[in-house]
Amino acid sequence: MKCRRCRRPAVVEVRRHNAAFCRPCFLHHVREQVRRAIARHDLIRPEDRVLVAVSGGKDSLALWDLLLELGYEADGLYLGLGIGEYSARSGEVARAFARSRGVTLVEVDLAREYGFDVPTAGRRGSRSTCAVCGLSKRYVFNRAALEGGYDVIATGHNLDDEAATLLGNTLRWQTEYMARQSPLLPSEPGFVKKVKPLYRVSELETAAYAFLRGIDYVVEECPLVAGNTQLRYKQAMNQLEQASPGTKAQFLLGYLERAAALFAAEDRSELRPCERCGQPTPGRFCAFCRARAQVLGERLEPVTDRELAHESSEEVLPAEVYGPAAVGGRPS
Amino acid sequence: MKVRLRNPDRELDLAGGRRVREVLIELGIDPDTVLVIRDGELLTREERVSDDDRLEIRPVISGGAA
Repeated sequence: MKCRRCRRPAVVEVRRHNAAFCRPCFLHHVREQVRRAIARHDLIRPEDRVLVAVSGGKDSLALWDLLLELGYEADGLYLGLGIGEYSARSGEVARAFARSRGVTLVEVDLAREYGFDVPTAGRRGSRSTCAVCGLSKRYVFNRAALEGGYDVIATGHNLDDEAATLLGNTLRWQTEYMARQSPLLPSEPGFVKKVKPLYRVSELETAAYAFLRGIDYVVEECPLVAGNTQLRYKQAMNQLEQASPGTKAQFLLGYLERAAALFAAEDRSELRPCERCGQPTPGRFCAFCRARAQVLGERLEPVTDRELAHESSEEVLPAEVYGPAAVGGRPS
Repeated sequence: MKVRLRNPDRELDLAGGRRVREVLIELGIDPDTVLVIRDGELLTREERVSDDDRLEIRPVISGGAA
C-alpha cells in the first residue's frame, strides 16, 4: 500500500478518503484537517489563550499536541475524578506530556475542591456515573477557564464522538441538544467559548496520530464506562461505515452544513446565576450544585418542573459519557 | 505469532504467513477500529506478518475492546 501523496510505503489507511499515508504525510493530513476546522468555524484566533481539557486519552493529548504544533498558546486542564488506578495513570500521562512540551497543566481534584469523587457520586446520587462525571467536567472546565482568564476551552471530541452523539440525539429527536451540537459554542455571559477542533478527524486518525507522535496515552478504558449508550451508537455507526466508508462523515458534516441551522430556534433556554455558585443556569441552582448537594446530603431548595425535565434528559445525553464534554450545565 | 489484545489485556497464538487483514477477519475485528502495531510501527491491512512476529492490536474506540 502506497502513500497517496508521496508514493512511499503507507502506515495508515483512511478508507473514507480512499487513501493511505506514510508517517510524514499522515501527520500533515491530520494537521490540515484541524487547521481547516479552525479556519472554517473561526474556532481559535491567533491571540487566544486556549485551555485544553485533558483526560489522558488519545484524543485530548493529540489535540493539545496539534494546537501547540499549529502555534497556539495552549495550557492543559486535568480534572482528577478519583477513579482509582485509572485516574492515577491518567494524571501521570497528562503531567508527563506537559513536562515533555514545557507547557502548563492546570490540575483540579474533584474530591479536594468539591468534596466528592465520581464513584461516590455514582453510588449516592440519582444520576448515572457517566452523567455526573460529564456534568462535573463541564462545570469545572468552564469555571477554571473563567478564573484563569482563558478565551477558549478546547475539547477532544472527534468525528466518531460527534457522529454518535448526533445519532443519539436524532433517534430521540432531542432538538434542543441538536441545536447546540456544533464545533463552536460561542461565549456567553458566564460561559467561555467552547470548541471541538477534532470534529473532522476520526477516532482511528487521532489514535494513529498520537501513536506516530510518540505520545504516551491511556489505552485502558474507564472501568465505569462499560455498556454505555454512546458505545452502542458508535458500534452501529461503525457497521454502516464498514459497508459504506464515509457514512459517518457525511452524516455529521452534512448535518453541520445543511441541517443544523434548521434547529437553531430550539436553543432558547434563558440563564441566570446559580444561587449557590454563581454559574449560569436555567433555574435557581445549577445542575452541578444540585448533584453535589445530593451526594453530600446537603439541602437545596426544590427545583422547578422545567429543571426536572431538563435533568432527566441529561441522563441520556451521550456526549456526557466521553472525555471532556460540553461547557457548564447546558446540553452540548 | 504472538498477538496481544487490549481492554482487557490478553495474548493469543495465531498463525502468521498472511496479511493483517486476514488476521483481523479471523478475530472478527473491524480494521477501522484498531491500530495494528509491530516493533513500534503501524501496519496497514495489506502488510504481511510472519510466525515470528509479535503484534499488538490496540482498540481506538473509547469504550471499546479488541
